[in-house]
Amino acid sequence: MIKVSQLTKRYARTTAVDQISFEVAKGQIVGFLGPNGAGKTTTMRMLTCFLPPSSGTATVAGFDVLEQPMEVKKRIGYLPETPPIYPEMETSEYLQFVGQLKGLSGVDLTKRIDYVCQRCAISDVKTRLLGKLSKGYRQRVGLAQAIIHNPDVLILDEPTAGLDPKQINETRDLIKDLAGEHTIILSTHILPEVEQTCEQVIIINKGKLVATDSVRNLQAHARGAETVLVEVAGRNSSLEIPSVQIKLEQVAGVSRVLCKEQIDSRAVFEIESKKGSFVRGDVARAIVESGWDLNELRPAAMSLEEVFLQLTGNEAARPQETPVEVQA
Amino acid sequence: MRNIWVICRKELGSYFASPIAYILLIMFGVIFGFFFWNALGAFVFESIQSQMSGRSFPMNLNEWIIRPLLSNVSVVGLFFIPMITMRLFAEEKRTGTIELLATSPVRDIEIILGKWLAAVLLYACLLLFTAVNFAFLFKYGHPDWKPLLIGYLGLLLQAGALLAIGTFVSTLTKNQIIAGAVTFGICLLLWVLEWVSGYETATWAKVLAYMSVITHFESFGKGVLDSKDAVFYVSVIVLGLFFTARSMESLRWRS
Repeated sequence: MIKVSQLTKRYARTTAVDQISFEVAKGQIVGFLGPNGAGKTTTMRMLTCFLPPSSGTATVAGFDVLEQPMEVKKRIGYLPETPPIYPEMETSEYLQFVGQLKGLSGVDLTKRIDYVCQRCAISDVKTRLLGKLSKGYRQRVGLAQAIIHNPDVLILDEPTAGLDPKQINETRDLIKDLAGEHTIILSTHILPEVEQTCEQVIIINKGKLVATDSVRNLQAHARGAETVLVEVAGRNSSLEIPSVQIKLEQVAGVSRVLCKEQIDSRAVFEIESKKGSFVRGDVARAIVESGWDLNELRPAAMSLEEVFLQLTGNEAARPQETPVEVQA
Repeated sequence: MRNIWVICRKELGSYFASPIAYILLIMFGVIFGFFFWNALGAFVFESIQSQMSGRSFPMNLNEWIIRPLLSNVSVVGLFFIPMITMRLFAEEKRTGTIELLATSPVRDIEIILGKWLAAVLLYACLLLFTAVNFAFLFKYGHPDWKPLLIGYLGLLLQAGALLAIGTFVSTLTKNQIIAGAVTFGICLLLWVLEWVSGYETATWAKVLAYMSVITHFESFGKGVLDSKDAVFYVSVIVLGLFFTARSMESLRWRS
């Protein structure tokens, strides 16, 4: 459905997107993952014909974004980072305007408006001014706007940014729901979001492609080497850090143990497991069996940067991978 | 064509959904009402004077009221035009809605024409206010309506030209105030350019005077449809909209 090859966007001083290539099959949900400023939005803008690429090509449904932008635009629904709404318009008025822009009219348009309102759960705010709607509703109106002409491809730029947890869940469900009918690319800098909604993931950093993989593989990468934080306390108000450390290092599958901090008789250790082994149970058992108290055991939240480091560390060995640029 | 109308209707909707249109209409109505009242007062005073002195004074409504009022409107218009055009693109760029327009299957030129047309129509609404006052002249006197119509055509053409320039300026910035101020500056400059012809007769002065939008209105104000002046306004409209189109294109390459 979408084919991107060697896509590059250069500005006067910087290269926002550097020779990115990927393909998206029909009906897939693809997560576009990267930290802020990685070039996600720029890539999406090139796909939606908002920005022309400096070099390279991108085709949507077989139409080139530079050669046949009209055909591409007809087949794409786009939700930019901030929903493109006019605050002085009412919801139904706005959807009517967008529908007309996308070439709908008459009964078709009325039907589509009813359909998307019901689909995005905005029927109850049809006559409200967009400027008075809450962030969550605006986002849903933005989604409704994107699907009004029933496009083949949906491009969503950070669809859950700035929403509260409940709204995030609702939006994710809605996106998953839409997946059957549309090919969806959504960008995010939140890793769990990709895990929950996407089948395929494209990771970019500093404008370069880091990896394209299925979500399952990515999870294996991210989880393979797990980092766990444990808080250990001594029974009779004394704790010998070195002996705990040695004990923990002896647990099967542990690759590294670090003492993070120590307060009186309590200490927090960071334990890193070897790839593919799950050590939490064994660590807990080892601590308790040695007569110490296990106050807390939790997986260290893996930041995207860590995933990146890990990914690039692992991927560097693969010859077809573009290595990530290291900043001095 | 349909797309132009869709955009134009949306723009008109925005003008009339916000206070902009109403404030402009009221301000213009009040200002023009004062001009009209003033001109009428002067006219009545003069005609009484001439009657008392026994002079047969050829009093003509067209010459005494309509013509000066129309040229007043053409100058007052200079002040209102920036307020009409400043939001056209600047607002869309600021709120990001420009992305919606630019990624919809609509050509740039359709967006531009739609917006410009909406601005012209809003200006036409302002002119409609003046028609209310002129209607009284027709009720109580017998002015010639043809010069008035030509005068209106001239006003619309002149406004169309300045609105095209304003539309162009609005694509250059995200800030409405900047767009408005620059447009106002250009409008003012295009008005006063003509002053050089008062003391200078060299070719450059003639060129400058020719560029002044006000000089081209004189014939329209008199009720004369001079193709030379009409062509001037139409060329400025085309040039302004052409620049707007180029500016929108460069927006994509730069952004």
